[in-house]
Amino acid sequence: MSIKDLFKTNKIKNKARISMKREEHDVPEGIMTKCPDCRHVELTKDLMKGLKVCSKCDHHYKMTAQERVEIFFDEGTFKSLDDHLVSINPLEFPSYIEKIQSDIKKTGLNEAVLTGIGELDGEQIVVAIMDSHFRMGSMGSVVGEKITRAIEKATELSAPFIIFTASGGARMQEGVLSLMQMAKTSVALQRHSAEGHLFISIMTHPTTGGVSASFASLGDINLAEPKALIGFAGRRVIEQTVREKLPEDFQTAEFLLAHGQLDAVVNRKDMRKTVSTIVKLHVKEAQ
Amino acid sequence: MVKYLPFEAPLMQLREKINELKEFTANADVDMSKEISQLEDRFSKLAKEIYDNIQPWDRVQIARHPERPTTKDYINAIFDDFIEFHGDRNFGDDEAIIGGIASFEGRPITIIGHQRGKDTKENIRRNFGMPHPEGYRKALRLMKQAEKFSRPIICMIDTKGAYPGKAAEQRGQSEAIARNLFEMAGLKVPVISIVIGEGGSGGALALCVANQIHMLENATLSVISPEGAASILWKDATLAQKAAEAMRITAPNLKEMEIIDEIIPEVLGGAHNDVVQQALNMKMVLSDSLEKLKNIPADELIENRYNKFRAIGVYTE
Ligand SMILES: [Zn+2]
Repeated sequence: MSIKDLFKTNKIKNKARISMKREEHDVPEGIMTKCPDCRHVELTKDLMKGLKVCSKCDHHYKMTAQERVEIFFDEGTFKSLDDHLVSINPLEFPSYIEKIQSDIKKTGLNEAVLTGIGELDGEQIVVAIMDSHFRMGSMGSVVGEKITRAIEKATELSAPFIIFTASGGARMQEGVLSLMQMAKTSVALQRHSAEGHLFISIMTHPTTGGVSASFASLGDINLAEPKALIGFAGRRVIEQTVREKLPEDFQTAEFLLAHGQLDAVVNRKDMRKTVSTIVKLHVKEAQ
Repeated sequence: MVKYLPFEAPLMQLREKINELKEFTANADVDMSKEISQLEDRFSKLAKEIYDNIQPWDRVQIARHPERPTTKDYINAIFDDFIEFHGDRNFGDDEAIIGGIASFEGRPITIIGHQRGKDTKENIRRNFGMPHPEGYRKALRLMKQAEKFSRPIICMIDTKGAYPGKAAEQRGQSEAIARNLFEMAGLKVPVISIVIGEGGSGGALALCVANQIHMLENATLSVISPEGAASILWKDATLAQKAAEAMRITAPNLKEMEIIDEIIPEVLGGAHNDVVQQALNMKMVLSDSLEKLKNIPADELIENRYNKFRAIGVYTE
């Protein structure tokens, strides 16, 4: 499937939604999209061609994991891993499984992360792409397990591991098991690193809580998309704790860059090229 | 003076009655020793009944008891020759975490732990045991130092969580926690973590990537505080008691989930009732753990740690 096909399906789906959404949006969503940042209206088709980046203000719209696969890998090279893992309900929270099932239907993913192997300008890479459309990208056992298996696959293949993070943090409904996924993914990354392999973390909007405080921050190279919200604690919690208003740009990618917490902020339009170059500069034979 | 918790109210009432009788016996010329001894028996039975049926929320209350022993209390009671080392060599010294070297049964060890204050003044200095990034970086510096000199590392976990503050975010709270998880995975020396009070979220986990994790009987380890869970799940922080049960945060819960290795028994009513005895209970478990890990080669220690965390999670294939 090419990116053009993606549009087609989106267009059809969105048409059905127009009538429902008309009251909230001045502009029909299916054909036209209004930027939530600068209110610029453009053809949805053009927006998709522009990698879901506002042509006027550079606002980076959220992307689905599939959309990232389309724009990131060499065409036809991506093969997904571990699509068969399904969450269970360890703490027996009412309606947790129903929520999972509903998001499986909505996103076409088995959980909040899509993992797989593919090629980037001919170099084999292993990737994990989180999708905030699935339970806000929160990390439970399956997300932790899929990411860990992907890291282990990268170690086994002596390949670079690349992650696109998008997550509100640990998943409450799986309690301390969710917390422990931070440690599980980190021990796997430590092993991948000890073997001398490259890990690039690409933080997208939003990357917070337990995801921010584990693999997202552990890249040999940590990148972020412009204006992505990245942080450990939530803004409201911090404001309540320190009893002061936080600056407008607090916990944005640019804020982190200014405070020495990121290697670079990279526009989505340059991301593929940037990552590809970094990967090429780490190919063992080239050194 | 030891404070009683709400669930201990019946005990407190009985104790008051006993004390009244004792006073009466002492002042008046009536011998009530028989009655007193009967009441003492009833007290023991009631105590057993209450503590045998202890609920998760009761444990949370014990874990938060103002007089609950802290890392420092246990260091003083368990180790010899403790010398505290300060600072992360980069930004400052975060007193929410203490660490240093000591000897345990004649062997050098490195000890690191969250440190709450005993009173308001000390709590402010120690930020209520809620670390900033420099606290985690100090901890990591001391772990690397321990690795260089082949000393086992003992961590004590006792925090509501990493501090949610402006400066903490600016200096990389996320990175500091993540770095500890990552680096602890690769340590070439034995690491033992003991949760002694509240183990709150990532801020607790950052000292928990160990070969063995133990918990005091009334300690908790959770992804979020019961109050936080209640307000997210049910939009009502007053349902914390219900959340404490639903989230399965107690030592027996974690043992059942096979996340921790051992539950360290607490003295009746909680560690605050007898620090000396409590320290002895810890000492026994610690001694066992160190003995078990003592002769394991570095690569196996790393492998064990890997397998321990690798196995955590539930799902269907
Ligand atoms: Zn715009």
